[in-house]
Amino acid sequence: MLTNRATLGLVLAGALLAPLSATHAAESAADNYKTYCSQCHGLHGDGKGVNARDMSVQPRDHTDAKAMSARSDEALFKVIKEGGLAIEKSVLMPPWADTFSDEEIHGLVKYLRELCACQHGQ
Amino acid sequence: MNKNKLRCLTTAVTAVLASVCFNAAAADGNEILKSSCASCHNITGPAPTTLKDLWSRKGPDLFYAGNKYRPEWMEAWLHKPTRIRPTGMFYADNLKSGEKYEVVDAAKLAEHPALDKEKAAAVTSELMKLKPHDDLIAKETIEPGTIGLTMGEMVFDKFTGCLACHEIEPGYGGVSGPEVYTAGARLQPAYIASFTRNPQAWDPKTWMPNKHVSDVNIQKIVRYLDALSKEANNAN
Repeated sequence: MLTNRATLGLVLAGALLAPLSATHAAESAADNYKTYCSQCHGLHGDGKGVNARDMSVQPRDHTDAKAMSARSDEALFKVIKEGGLAIEKSVLMPPWADTFSDEEIHGLVKYLRELCACQHGQ
Repeated sequence: MNKNKLRCLTTAVTAVLASVCFNAAAADGNEILKSSCASCHNITGPAPTTLKDLWSRKGPDLFYAGNKYRPEWMEAWLHKPTRIRPTGMFYADNLKSGEKYEVVDAAKLAEHPALDKEKAAAVTSELMKLKPHDDLIAKETIEPGTIGLTMGEMVFDKFTGCLACHEIEPGYGGVSGPEVYTAGARLQPAYIASFTRNPQAWDPKTWMPNKHVSDVNIQKIVRYLDALSKEANNAN
């Protein structure tokens, strides 16, 4: 009986939560990067985005293993979430906290490590 | 029939004709919206909540056009449209490799059809009825004032970094967002303030990040865009 009630409860909870998770489903890191990051960092992550020409501080080349390995994953998470000023870098890098969930930002940090083929300190 | 009766009858007929003409124009605008505009513009809402839906957007959402655009600009623009988004709706679809940076592939950009003056007026009249976000607009207070272009550019570029994505004159600035050198003439001041304050409240998946711009700088940006749109080179 208890098991049946618990099962029913889970089913109902699942039914209630399903629409929410559908609305706020995490997008893939590659899709988020293409949509939001590539306008400055480039479709290939090489810093040659369509906006870069007139920017007073050039966007980071995410394929630059030397520069990217100097940043910890925590620093990358922070700069994506809180913007360039949060790590004493350019205001041109905006905070994306209202665009991405923390889960999506963690996904983007992993994606950046794929682009640079590097890890922090390596 | 005496003169008074004739005058009275004439007035009544004129009133009826005026009413019929007005309704015909309104119906015409609504019909154009549904038959022509809706294939590229979302006129019913809601805004996209997934990237897939965002990417499929062919033109700006118009379901809150009455909260967003200045009617006089809209009417003139529909009659004589110009490009506002240098890279189209989703820049990633319209780029090619350039000498140093990625550049716009103009061949991929579509032109907006022009409407004759009567249709432009009728469509504008219908669009201005679309106001689902009066609540967001009501939260904004636009304080009268002016700002010099130099100081305005300082706020727009150095303090807030908006220049990264928006052109402040033809050919200067970022291109993934709409140009802003005509934004003051195009957009209602309270919309500029509200969208700058919280872009995701209007368009959850918008490319524009919430930079948590201060109240003071929001007022300065509104004034700057107004000043910018009145520059001789930018007025169109």
